[in-house]
Amino acid sequence: MTEAGLLKPIRDVGIVGYGAYIPRYRLPASEVARIWKDPAGVGPPGEKAVAGLDEDVITMSIEAARNAMSRATIDASSIRAVWVGSESHPYAVKPTSTVVAEAIGAVPNTQAADWEFACKAGTEAMQAAIGFVGSGMADYALSIGMDTAQGRPGDALEYTAGAGGAAFLLGPVEESLASIEVSYSFTTDTPDFFRRANEKYPVHGERFTGEPAYFKHISMAAEKIMSSTNSSPEDFSYAIFHQPNVKFPQRVAKSLGFTADQIKDGMLVSRIGNTYAGSAMVGLTAVLDVADPGERILLVSYGSGAGSDAFILTTTDQLPQRRNLALDTESYIKRRTEIDYATYARYRGKLVTK
Amino acid sequence: MEVSRHWRLNKQRYSLVGEVCPHCEHKLFPPRDICPDCGEDARDLFEFSGKGSVYSFTTVSQAPAGFEESVPYTVAIVQLDEGPLVTAQLTDLGDKPVEIGTPVEMVTRKLRSDGDQGMLIYGYKFRPAFAA
Ligand SMILES: [Zn+2]
Repeated sequence: MTEAGLLKPIRDVGIVGYGAYIPRYRLPASEVARIWKDPAGVGPPGEKAVAGLDEDVITMSIEAARNAMSRATIDASSIRAVWVGSESHPYAVKPTSTVVAEAIGAVPNTQAADWEFACKAGTEAMQAAIGFVGSGMADYALSIGMDTAQGRPGDALEYTAGAGGAAFLLGPVEESLASIEVSYSFTTDTPDFFRRANEKYPVHGERFTGEPAYFKHISMAAEKIMSSTNSSPEDFSYAIFHQPNVKFPQRVAKSLGFTADQIKDGMLVSRIGNTYAGSAMVGLTAVLDVADPGERILLVSYGSGAGSDAFILTTTDQLPQRRNLALDTESYIKRRTEIDYATYARYRGKLVTK
Repeated sequence: MEVSRHWRLNKQRYSLVGEVCPHCEHKLFPPRDICPDCGEDARDLFEFSGKGSVYSFTTVSQAPAGFEESVPYTVAIVQLDEGPLVTAQLTDLGDKPVEIGTPVEMVTRKLRSDGDQGMLIYGYKFRPAFAA
């Protein structure tokens, strides 16, 4: 019997394959500041990834899923769930996940569904996949967090709302690149950020809703999962927190007792922006790209509305070889074409041509 | 409404699935069930690696219906590593000019939409191969 609230399946589960996707276009924050006459004139540091004209959450999820499958080296027909978490599914009604399942060859003997919980829709799907595999109902379940993030033109969100994400194939721990020791979810009804049905852009309480939302939920989730497993920040080689901007994850890491060194490998927000449902998950791919076997990782997502999912993972001996079977996250970040605001407006459909 | 037609083409469109001739190993794309090399039946499915190189290309600035939003774009004949020639749009070109022989790889992208209310059509395109 595990401590109240902790999530631990009957059968041990791990990450059997993982894959990232980040589109090639970059919009510098200074370009957003130039258009909207930010009084400081520069905006926050960094840039964000922008999807091309022919990209959306479906195409991006397909590529991340293919990368995960390359590393997993299993037959796609043994997958029993394809679950995609996003705030930007291309269809209002028709699942993203059925297209992804078809493209990777997982059809027809599979579940497929789209998940919705703001920026933690993808880790919510991971929690479910742990249960699906851990109960013995399935050997493999694919969970994806991917977004082409929306921000109203001129809104503070527009500086960071980026595009990208990651796919994780969960399966039996014996075949895994990283085992999942335990997980936990902390949830309350906190209306900090939302988007009504049929609205194009989200609404948020203030410039960035901090204390009762992001900081409270991440801190509670991280403290609970650490105290319940008798672990402290020194027991982890890496920590990854949801990244709406640079300052929030830095501040929450520091208050929990993590060093700058522990969070640096998974911190991608200044280079690709806040990829919403993809944010914490793509950070984990960057850590798995560099971690040594036997290293412990803390992952904590955050989704407005609000909740946090926390996971404790340990890398295995199989990681160093199998991670070379697909493109690493750094290769996607380095493949970079800078665009101006006008091109960005065209790519994101902010221009009305008819 | 051509929903059923889209559905039948999915496999071939999303993941470059063609056929291989069981008699002479010739790879076919698109699938056409008869080997062009030896004339025998060829119905065994074969998934192509998606790797190839630019055989020929041209830039389209007067687009057919459904493709207007992406002009100008580049269409190429790509020679797959397994042999067949495939016509497809190139994508993610960045600032580098396309050349004959440029190594490319298959990606699944949005091809077009049947208007604002119709289906979104996905399929293969090719992008410059990532540097190894
Ligand atoms: Zn033949």
